[in-house]
Amino acid sequence: MANNDYLSKIRNFCIIAHIDHGKSTLADRILEQTQTVAKREMEEQILDDMELERERGITIKARAVRLKYTADNGEDYIFNLIDTPGHVDFNYEVSRSLNACEGAVLVVDASQGIEAQTLANTYLAIDQDLEVIPVINKIDLPSAHPDEVKEEIENVIGIPAQDAPLISAKMGINIKAVLEDVVKNIPAPSGNCSAPLKALIFDSYYDSYKGVIVHVRIKEGTLRVGDKIRMMATGAEFTVTELGYMGATQLVTSDVLLAGEVGYIAASIKSIGDTKVGDTVTLAEFPADEPLAGYRNVNPMVFSGIYPADGAKYADLREALEKLQLNDASLSFEPETSVALGFGFRCGFLGLLHMEIIQERIEREYNLDLVTTAPSVVYKITKTDGSTVYIDNPTNYPDPSEIAVAEEPMVKANIYAPADYVGNIMELCQQRRGVFKDMKYLDQTRVELHYELPLNEIVYDFFDSLKSRTKGYASYDYEISGFVPSKLVKLDILLNGEIVDALSFIVHSDSAYPRARKIAEKLKDNIPRQLFEIPVQAAVGGKIIARETVKAMRKDVLAKCYGGDITRKKKLLEKQKEGKKRMRKLGSVEVPQEAFMAVLKLDE
Amino acid sequence: MNSVGLYIHVPFCLSKCPYCDFYSVKYDEHTAKEYIKAVKRNISAYNGVKFDTVYFGGGTPILLWREISGLLTDIGGMIDNDAEITVEANPCCTDKESLDSLYKSGVNRISFGLQSSDDNELKALGRRHNAAMGEKAVKLAFNAGIRNISADIMLGIPKQTPDSLRETLRRFTSLPLNHISAYMLKIEPGTPFAAQRLELPDEDGYADIYLETVSLLGQNGFKQYEISNFAKSGFECRHNLKYWRCEEYIGIGPAAHSYYNGKRYAVPRDLAGFIADNLQETYITENDPADLEEYMMLRLRLSEGVDINELHRLFGIEKAAVLSRLSELPPKLYRRKGDIISLTPEGFLVSNAVIGILTNI
Repeated sequence: MANNDYLSKIRNFCIIAHIDHGKSTLADRILEQTQTVAKREMEEQILDDMELERERGITIKARAVRLKYTADNGEDYIFNLIDTPGHVDFNYEVSRSLNACEGAVLVVDASQGIEAQTLANTYLAIDQDLEVIPVINKIDLPSAHPDEVKEEIENVIGIPAQDAPLISAKMGINIKAVLEDVVKNIPAPSGNCSAPLKALIFDSYYDSYKGVIVHVRIKEGTLRVGDKIRMMATGAEFTVTELGYMGATQLVTSDVLLAGEVGYIAASIKSIGDTKVGDTVTLAEFPADEPLAGYRNVNPMVFSGIYPADGAKYADLREALEKLQLNDASLSFEPETSVALGFGFRCGFLGLLHMEIIQERIEREYNLDLVTTAPSVVYKITKTDGSTVYIDNPTNYPDPSEIAVAEEPMVKANIYAPADYVGNIMELCQQRRGVFKDMKYLDQTRVELHYELPLNEIVYDFFDSLKSRTKGYASYDYEISGFVPSKLVKLDILLNGEIVDALSFIVHSDSAYPRARKIAEKLKDNIPRQLFEIPVQAAVGGKIIARETVKAMRKDVLAKCYGGDITRKKKLLEKQKEGKKRMRKLGSVEVPQEAFMAVLKLDE
Repeated sequence: MNSVGLYIHVPFCLSKCPYCDFYSVKYDEHTAKEYIKAVKRNISAYNGVKFDTVYFGGGTPILLWREISGLLTDIGGMIDNDAEITVEANPCCTDKESLDSLYKSGVNRISFGLQSSDDNELKALGRRHNAAMGEKAVKLAFNAGIRNISADIMLGIPKQTPDSLRETLRRFTSLPLNHISAYMLKIEPGTPFAAQRLELPDEDGYADIYLETVSLLGQNGFKQYEISNFAKSGFECRHNLKYWRCEEYIGIGPAAHSYYNGKRYAVPRDLAGFIADNLQETYITENDPADLEEYMMLRLRLSEGVDINELHRLFGIEKAAVLSRLSELPPKLYRRKGDIISLTPEGFLVSNAVIGILTNI
């Protein structure tokens, strides 16, 4: 079959949207309408199959599915729908998913209009030369104002939107119009089946029977079962044991994948580290000259120490992290030891959401109680001897006398909100050492603010604060912009006179005093009274700058004991003992796990 | 054979106090008579056992003074001649007739639920008596010939002030009492107090009240011998001491607890069932009582404290291990006299935490 006719019947596309604008619901409706999934198998948001995804209503990892659609012109088409994560933490994965497509369906909420991630994702799509076709969703809502939203799309994004289908994914209204738009407006893929193989990896996950399953878009060439493949970035080689397409609920095997198609490869791959998203798969014996453009190694930006609440569970924690890493190459971890917390791991994440998700999955799926330290960013330190080190753990922060220049990572943040809240937002950004860049009116009521902010100021609770100051209306998105020199100091926390290494963190010197006072207060409130009085102190370079006291416990007694009911008393004591087990003993002080997290939430 | 203690739970009250979660039902004469018959049946089943303490607790046992007098006469043969026989009483239901009758049938100790001598506080607690009635009842008991009289004081009553508590203590210590139990009000789940938003002292408030009570009672000759109990010399409650010293006692009546023949067990909270059954139903609450924790928990409630040598003899625990744990405690919480360790009033207040540390061996 030398002709490439089959290409004209393929549409590779994705759906992009701001969080909660209905991307996953639209995907569900499309599966239903193309009868890829029988009605009775239909569960809400079928593409989001992680328990956590269902609960949070977000897509954590990209997934892809192949559908058959019979268009109004009578022709059968193959749709490859690629679901993309909607959060800024997973931007790189989004860009690779987009690169596997020729077009993107842009879903915009008819009542909310354009939000931070609408723009961020649209720009990513345009960067990848995708055809973007807008769709206005949630037109069933009483607050829907589709005409203004269309205008907003034309003015802000600059793509025609007058003919955008008005739909309700939830109610199943007008879904067919979207499918017809995909056929008419999204270009068919191109590619040459006889060229050397170039397949783009846009996702991968670990299957305990088949090894790593790699999702690919074949850009050029042909791949068959039995072929020996090579990952161009890592150099790893494997023999294909199975390939095929992604059905909505199961894999469908095939003998061959052709240029333009989307499918999966299984090749007894043990480590997901060998299948990096963005890498190019080629044939070992007939390799392509050049890999596909755009591959980069994703570096974690946020770090935190993760410790088992029960020190004896260290091995279990390692196993949990290893298993999670099988499916998530962007998670990094290495063993670390804390004087206070014992043996644990320094883990690197793409961002805060990523961190929360990993922690929650460990606790939920592996049934482990964790103690996590405050998230830290990476600092670049040029020492007086001229050497440069990157510090991701405050404990390792060098002595000030050894530091020539300390630099911290900055982000470019774009904040979108109703104009009424500009004052509140500016106040917040100023508190967080933000530098105002500019402000644009998106329309008469909505603005876009650009700030440069230190990453260290937004890893704690920036988004929560932003939401609470804008009644939940603001959205934001950021990208790392590089390191700048900064006046940084290490803040140590002392309990009963001893430094608790797990509570140390790096802070800008101007914020050191207020932050120290607040943390000391928080700790005082979160550490229960014990038999001794416990001084809680914060220090910079050995100098105490804040102090609180947890007073000694004065009453902890079962006074009434009646009619000789000794057993009840004993049970109460045993219960108390159990409660103590959930605390961490730091020196002579029992510290509950909540205390470690409480220090993070400062804006209350 | 050693003598054992006898506890009889009398589950009748005229009304329920809003802080109380003990088992009791509304008093009626017919049920009370049936109940006493069942008590007698059950006690008789311990044929051959001798009791050296008898304690009628409740509920409001004095409501059944006629039946109790009769019972004591009937089972007189099972009671040691010098036994301590206590009846709990509320001032509202106590008169000369009842006290005379009880005294004649052998009762030599009365424990009054006075709680306070402030009428507003008594009202807040839902008590049926006022301060004057309380004082009158104590005098009646004394005049009836009973020389061992105890009163309960409640600490931390809503609206109680340091001054009102001092006044209660002053008035109580001027009565012919030789024993006082001082309990801190504890809000039990499921009681009316639990549903209300009461203004109660905080941790420090309770601790201050308690320490002041201990000190004032001591100045008036009431020596602390247990966390909540104070007595003039020789008037420590022999029955209650059995609980703390891990000695045996048999409990009769619904919700009564026993420690007998090496087991701890209890009777269900079911009066009708108790009356209907020939012998009361029981369920085991502990198969292996008197382990280290229990021993420590009970012994450390007493001013006489724990003997380190006994810990070695009973549980094989090395002295060094005990002393090492002890060194973790702030010194003001305990006393050490040779090999005897006991808690100070400050130590009693945090005894749960102290026991937790000392038993962590």
